[in-house]
Amino acid sequence: MLHMMTETFESDRERGLHDRSRQKANCGVGVLVDLDGDGGHELVEDGLSLLENLDHRGARGAEENTGDGAGILIQKPHDFFADEVDGLGAFDEYGVGQVFLPRDKQPDELQALIEAAAADEGFDVVAWRDVPTNNDGLGETALATEPDVAQFFVKPQADVGPEELDTALYVLRNVIESRVEAQEPVGSERFYICSLDRRKVVYKGLLTNGQVRTYYEDLGDDRLETSLVFVHSRFSTNTLGAWELAHPYRNMIHNGEINTLRGNLNWMHAREADLESPVFGDDIGKLKPITEEGQSDTAVVDNVLELLVEGGRSLPHALRMLVPEAWEGNDRLEDARREFYQYHSTINEPWDGPALIAYTDGYDVGAILDRNGLRPARYLVTEDDRLIMASETGALEVDAANVKRTDRLEPGQMFYVDGDAGRIVPDDEIFDRLTDEKYGEWLDENRVTLDAVEEAVAETPTYVEQDISKYQRAFGYTLDHVERLIEPMADEGKDPIGAMGNDTPLSVLSSRNKTLFTYFKQLFAQVSNPPIDYIREETVTSLEQHLGRQHNLLGETAEHCRQLGLDSPILTRAQQAKISAIETNGIRSATVDITYDPETTSLAAAVERVRREAVDAIEGGAEIVVLSDTATGPDRVPIPSLLAVGGVHHHLVREGLRTHAGIVVESGQPNAVHHFATLVGYGADAITPYLAYETIEEQVYEGVIDVDREDALAQYRHAVEDGLQKVMAKMGISTLESYKGAQIFEAVGLASDFVEEYFEGTENRTEGIGVEQLEADVLDRHENGFEESVAGNLDLDQGGEFYWRRDGEFHQWNPSTIGKLQHATNHGDYEAYEEFAEMINDQTERLQTLRGLLEFDTEDRESIPLEDVQPVEEITQRFFSASMSFGSISPEAHETLAEGMNRVGGFASTGEGGEPTERFNTVRECADKQVASARFGVTSNYLANADHLEIKMAQGSKPGEGGHLPGEKVNELIAETRSTTPGVPLISPPPHHDIYSIEDLAQLIHDLKCSNTDADVHVKLVSEAGVGVIAAGVSKAKADAVLISGHDGGTGASPKTSIKHAGLPWELGISEANQVLLENDLRSRIRVRVDGGLKTGRDVAMAALLGAEEYGFGTAPLITCGCVMLRKCHANTCSVGVATQDEELREKFPGDPEFVANYMRFIAREVREIMAELGVERMDELIGRTDLLAQKDVDHPRAEHMDLSELLWRPDTDEDPVKTREQNHKLDEKVDYEFIEAAEPAIESGEDVEIEARVGNEARTVGTILSSEISKAHGEDGLEDDTITLDFEGTGGQSLGAFLASGVTLTLTGDTNDYAGKGLSGGKLIVETPAEAGYEASENVVTGNVALYGATDGEAYFNGRAGERFAVRNSGVKTVVEGVGDHGCEYMTGGIAVILGETGKNFGAGMSGGEAYVLDESGDFEERVNTEMVHLEALEERDRRMIRRLVENHARYTDSDRAAEILDNWDTYVEQFVKVMPDAYAAVVEQRLAEGEDIRASPPPKPTTTTFPTEGDD
Amino acid sequence: MTERHPGGYRQHRRRPIGKRDPDERKDDYDEVWAEKWDDEHLAEQGERCMDCGTPTCMGGCPIGNIIPDWNDLVHRDDWKRALERLHATNNFPEFTGYNCPAPCENSCVLAYNDDPVTIKSIERAIADRGWEEGWIQPEPPEQRTDYEVAIVGSGPAGLSAAQQLNRAGHHVTVFERADEIGGLMRYGIPDQKFAKDRVERRVDQLREEGITFETNAEIGENVPVERIEEDFDASVIAVGSQKPIDLPLPGRDLDGIHFAMDYLTQQNRRNARKDVPGPDIDADGKDVVVLGGGDTGADCVATAHRQGADQVVQIELLPKPPVERPPENSWPDQPQTYKKTYAQEEGAIEEYCVDTNAFVDGDGDGVVDTLEADRVIWEEGGEGPPEKKVSEANLEIPADLVILAVGFEAPESSPFEPLGIELEDDGTLATDEDMMTSVDGVFAAGDADMGPSLIVWAIGSGRDVARHVDLHLTGETDLPPSLETPNEPLVQ
Repeated sequence: MLHMMTETFESDRERGLHDRSRQKANCGVGVLVDLDGDGGHELVEDGLSLLENLDHRGARGAEENTGDGAGILIQKPHDFFADEVDGLGAFDEYGVGQVFLPRDKQPDELQALIEAAAADEGFDVVAWRDVPTNNDGLGETALATEPDVAQFFVKPQADVGPEELDTALYVLRNVIESRVEAQEPVGSERFYICSLDRRKVVYKGLLTNGQVRTYYEDLGDDRLETSLVFVHSRFSTNTLGAWELAHPYRNMIHNGEINTLRGNLNWMHAREADLESPVFGDDIGKLKPITEEGQSDTAVVDNVLELLVEGGRSLPHALRMLVPEAWEGNDRLEDARREFYQYHSTINEPWDGPALIAYTDGYDVGAILDRNGLRPARYLVTEDDRLIMASETGALEVDAANVKRTDRLEPGQMFYVDGDAGRIVPDDEIFDRLTDEKYGEWLDENRVTLDAVEEAVAETPTYVEQDISKYQRAFGYTLDHVERLIEPMADEGKDPIGAMGNDTPLSVLSSRNKTLFTYFKQLFAQVSNPPIDYIREETVTSLEQHLGRQHNLLGETAEHCRQLGLDSPILTRAQQAKISAIETNGIRSATVDITYDPETTSLAAAVERVRREAVDAIEGGAEIVVLSDTATGPDRVPIPSLLAVGGVHHHLVREGLRTHAGIVVESGQPNAVHHFATLVGYGADAITPYLAYETIEEQVYEGVIDVDREDALAQYRHAVEDGLQKVMAKMGISTLESYKGAQIFEAVGLASDFVEEYFEGTENRTEGIGVEQLEADVLDRHENGFEESVAGNLDLDQGGEFYWRRDGEFHQWNPSTIGKLQHATNHGDYEAYEEFAEMINDQTERLQTLRGLLEFDTEDRESIPLEDVQPVEEITQRFFSASMSFGSISPEAHETLAEGMNRVGGFASTGEGGEPTERFNTVRECADKQVASARFGVTSNYLANADHLEIKMAQGSKPGEGGHLPGEKVNELIAETRSTTPGVPLISPPPHHDIYSIEDLAQLIHDLKCSNTDADVHVKLVSEAGVGVIAAGVSKAKADAVLISGHDGGTGASPKTSIKHAGLPWELGISEANQVLLENDLRSRIRVRVDGGLKTGRDVAMAALLGAEEYGFGTAPLITCGCVMLRKCHANTCSVGVATQDEELREKFPGDPEFVANYMRFIAREVREIMAELGVERMDELIGRTDLLAQKDVDHPRAEHMDLSELLWRPDTDEDPVKTREQNHKLDEKVDYEFIEAAEPAIESGEDVEIEARVGNEARTVGTILSSEISKAHGEDGLEDDTITLDFEGTGGQSLGAFLASGVTLTLTGDTNDYAGKGLSGGKLIVETPAEAGYEASENVVTGNVALYGATDGEAYFNGRAGERFAVRNSGVKTVVEGVGDHGCEYMTGGIAVILGETGKNFGAGMSGGEAYVLDESGDFEERVNTEMVHLEALEERDRRMIRRLVENHARYTDSDRAAEILDNWDTYVEQFVKVMPDAYAAVVEQRLAEGEDIRASPPPKPTTTTFPTEGDD
Repeated sequence: MTERHPGGYRQHRRRPIGKRDPDERKDDYDEVWAEKWDDEHLAEQGERCMDCGTPTCMGGCPIGNIIPDWNDLVHRDDWKRALERLHATNNFPEFTGYNCPAPCENSCVLAYNDDPVTIKSIERAIADRGWEEGWIQPEPPEQRTDYEVAIVGSGPAGLSAAQQLNRAGHHVTVFERADEIGGLMRYGIPDQKFAKDRVERRVDQLREEGITFETNAEIGENVPVERIEEDFDASVIAVGSQKPIDLPLPGRDLDGIHFAMDYLTQQNRRNARKDVPGPDIDADGKDVVVLGGGDTGADCVATAHRQGADQVVQIELLPKPPVERPPENSWPDQPQTYKKTYAQEEGAIEEYCVDTNAFVDGDGDGVVDTLEADRVIWEEGGEGPPEKKVSEANLEIPADLVILAVGFEAPESSPFEPLGIELEDDGTLATDEDMMTSVDGVFAAGDADMGPSLIVWAIGSGRDVARHVDLHLTGETDLPPSLETPNEPLVQ
């Protein structure tokens, strides 16, 4: 248990939209170990230096001198303490506690408490020591919450061995924390134990990296010696009062985020009852709760790892339990390992998320990287036996000659330093210690699968003959469910696609009766963790799981794995029948009826009855509880399945019984992907959607689906499973076991007591209906289901959720509004606009939006004459058109929007997909140029031409998902703009592969700022709970603007599941962002923008009052240009030429820039009228004025329960509510300016210029500003090859040579970090391993992850291996590298990659163009290729020439031994090359060859003699 | 399927079922519509519907027909389900499938810049197929209430109200003053536009569903008006809006000047071999002038052709509408454009901007023989409505027979006056938002409530009134709304 410093939080806990437990932090980490164990003070010094060199990975708060937290963990400096403190005895005889105590308050009570606790636990406190600190130079925020730091020394009263002492100290710490929590002594709000340990001590605080050294005087003391150092630099989204949130924690440092934290906490809590260990004996009770609500994810991981390790497992064992590698789908895994993982998967679920965790017990160091490899971890070992591991290479300078080995941690890989042996233990050897035959034997004997269960039962329909529609109605089915979801899923096996976003009201606002599922909105990953691509990276995802009785987390017995293994959570009815009747290996199930008789009981009482029965069943020995509503009938009403699941799950967690049984749901209600996602997300282990199956059977029987019955059912299940994976992936979660119970949802429109009771811990900010209103809806559906139907009526309600229906759900875009807006804007008719606006604004009769519940509070306002209000032209400058890619909409539509927006002084955005260069500097140019995940057309020149640069982190209609532009939409123009090949499909991955965390985003912002120092960089986010802290992080990452998009944004294509159920309205997002930014004094540094369904001047005024300064419009301006909401964008058949690339259809495009301009002016005109009424002259005066808003009383059975006061809360602060300060990008410090000065002759007159320099890892994004200058002067073509040569030595910081323009050749002798050559734009990047290096270049990692991401043109040569995701989305660069990690050449669309060594797995995933040549000496490359989109080919003569030239160049440029070896034995090696050819690209190549054109790349030119370094250059 | 043929409209051109050749049809009273169609043709036309996200056709259709769904079902050759889905919103799809001016097609998103889907043809075909296959069968309610409901008038409003109320289990009696059920569907619409067996089989269906029909039952004449209040728990007045607008010009009292409805009714009765009350109105060998450019006028023109008129001139006071939509008349509003009527296709003289001044009896036989008129132009004048100016005075148009088809002004409400029923200023029955008149339990529907309108509005009004009556009687209803759907129709 951990006591938190919660004072600052609690005072505001009830206020605002921001849940303060959802802070995010990402970081820079470093580990130093003297393997020979000598240690010394030097290691402390080096650790601090390393920390200082990672400064750019940490962040500052509102003040330059308040860091987000930094610290250092060292071995207990016994000699130092022995000098300072009397009576300690020998090293192993005492423990030292380092604590934060309240400043300016008497710590006596706390000290007394500690001493009393120590005494009770059998310790004497032998001494207290004030830790000398120096707070000079700390920022205000840090000073405001600064604690006193003290050390206390405890000795056991009895004679105990070191390990017993460790356990006792662990218990003591927990006892102290519990007592502080319970007794709340004076100053307890500031109290925190940094460490209490026999072997180590932690110095940390709310400091900048550099301040650690000065703040703690101890650290400068020569007597302070250690042979092990952990350092950490935090980049968090929130810094208030966060001294204790700094790392290292007691045992670990962490870079990343645990996505599944909510569920892990619940499961941990559920397991506590069963915890036992001989190590702790009765003391186990003192440790509970093991971990608490409201802590950071790192603290929780630290607590749990510590429990596992203290509880008796080895460190590697514990790490592997918590963070297993992706074993499920890995056929190459040896059996013993598989058995280890499988066995342990019956004990606990994986903790999922991008994470580098380093843990130490004070001797040994374990580090582990998540299965996706989403954080960087580079390490090297020196000749003098020192290990340096850090987020970046080069953070601690080491002489190349002293380097024995360099490498990186691979995805899912564990790294282990054996302190005693003084060496790094290889992965295989670690496993030799972990694996054991018993695991396999135990599994064989105890684990049960359904195949083994007898009594196969056929899938028998139950209801079809009894009028299925009655049941469908009772369970809330509409025609939408049956015909728009179930039918396509069964017919095609996919969750269907839709387009143009969502414009229907939230369920709580709707006039229709919606199921409980729809009150939950899916959350998704953005910025602080990445979503994943479950399709292209399916090697890491899994739906496998176990259910049944779990046992003591701290033990391992055969009994532990006596559980039922399932491949999928979606069961067939035959499987359900087996489970319902199971009696195998002692696994028994009990069925609990989740229907009730409304005549005799209420819904709430029925849930209580179900809970009781579930508990009884479990206590009676059932290990699976089946919650079944098959008893549904005229007199039995089904409890909403989600309510039953959430209700039972949380009840069992509270009762400590949840891990005693699995929960299986047999229900007629779920049928759509979102339904299953919520059920699993709230704790269901498996689901049998029997009515969905029967609906399919009826469809097959009626001939509606022309698919065999079995196939239809199987396809439907596949679609559900696929959809589930997508929902998981958008949160970055890979395995179902982690997703289960993780509650990755936000509730909208539910009462908080209802949520607390049944869905505890779910974010819920607006209040709404409770169980009574829910029951009314349930009974209504039931009655509708079972009463006599009237002839002529449809069996099922139309729904109208996706497509507008007269009898269906309301859509803001409907025939009336579309027609009226078009008429208004096409004829410049303001009266017609007013009629349109009225239809949207006046929601008295029908609620449409959250803002419809708000009204302007004009009571104390005096209106002013309209002419006093700032003019229309000034207001429209705040307007922009939402990003829509050139590719999803037609060039005509794209240009019209741009011109229209430019006409009123606003701006348009390119969207993903670039912009033809001929539009630059014309009225048709988009001033805002987007940088999205696939970086299409993102060149130095493109960036240099922007006024704004938008980083799209997510989009409203499908946050957390990527995109896919089908080949048929990629015509000549689009291909040219995107630097790809016509006819070849293009994939945009869900994440930016250079942004897996907040400090990565800061890096990209810095890159873009360098690519165009005049452009504003802004970051597009989507509204969800927690977007406020992300926005704060974005502000700290130095973005100039942040955009919060609503969930209702339109799009070319998204799964209907995502359109409807992911993300939240912008009202919540803007308000939360504004609140958090204001609270943290970060608001004035950043401009806040909003878009997503804005339509009228009232909408704009509402957004302004909630805190937005600029306003975007997407769908609405398209409608003025003829869009009639066909929602067929993805079909390329748009009949009005808006969302199509078809030439014939494009000719029909009826839009005109003036229509767009008229619309913008109308909106501004309406805004002015509102401003006049509110008595406000300038828009700036409106921003953030929530006091001018009030919630309306509404007469609506559901919405009347809502409470928007948190939305309207405003922090009390002096911070400016609008952007008034510029971000300090520190560009003036950039070394590039020296290059530019030196390169002037080159840029001005094309003269050759040569520049030499020494670089370090802190020099980031080198060469980019120089390139930008070249692009500004010379456009896309840049300079002649090799005009400017940059010769560097040292370690390249992140993004070395990003967007390097043509004419620049950058040669580095040394190594580089992540993102080298990102967006390479024609330049040449050469990384050469130093000749004196003590290792083979080809065996070592010379460049980090994601090199050449989105590179468009040029050449790159890497004299060594690369990390993960080499050349992702390369579209034109020719490159040579000597080996790559996982996911090489992923999504590549062009260019040539020659790989002279081993590759990791999943090579060529999503690769649709270009060619890769891999030297496959071991002959097993094929196993590592993802052949979904590529195939392997034998080489032709052209290929041999290509490889030869590239290898020759490589040899010439880098002096590579490997290249020389290959060239020397060319005939042998050339035969071992394998060519990776994308299928789609091959088809286009073949077709064009038949037409007489070879579109393939030609070999690069031979090097000119003067431009590459020789050995003498050192 | 994820998408229902989004590109179908590009593969096929619009091709409605169409009509018989004018030369062939203009001499008989058989329907002008092409008699046959084939599945393949309509499957193609159904494929033209892209099942769009905002099916504006449904907005354009007063009763909210679920057009995209049945377009698709026809394309998929699933006629039976298409019929079910069509019947879900429309009790009598053949009434509209043959005779609706199809505002839906004008609202179709393809009509934005292309030819709309042939919605009306598909609707007709579904209904045809339904009858042909015997799918349309009486569906009497499974349970009956004890409520008695009277419907006065058996036009499309009365009939749809009757069917809906009967479905809700109430006992329904329909009073019709004519000798046959159907109202204007029976005697108002000429046979060449709508064959009467189509009405008859519907009436048979309704009768078998349990509805009582009383013909020759005229309120205030042979049925005391009190009955509808006293003998019934609720009643619906759906008597239409049949009072014709007259033209009180000099010579109006001459012989040979008749109201359109009298003229058309006579011919329908003649075709049905029923006795024709009053003097024969016959265009044979005459110069006929039809005053009024609307649909009724067209019916008169077509009937005059069939009777053997020498010449038929159709006169309209207002200007000829433009062929293309004027800019201010944008989609999806109904286009105010010129469309040649079936009657004009058969050959007639169309005159616009002609202002009739007098009917003249040149030879003094008491029968009209000339029409005096001015040619006018309409000038847009500032704020007010356009003003007419004479451009050519004293036109003389030969007219042995003049048919007045200039519209209807109000329902014949006098029989209900004893109940104390209140009227609107325009003469229609005053009703509240529940469609109830000022008399408790007495409702009004169709033209009697709304003023003269289309069949489709009448059907919708009948469906809505049934819902209100059911709600009034039982406090709840499962009858679906029609014109009053949660999302309102586009055309008000």
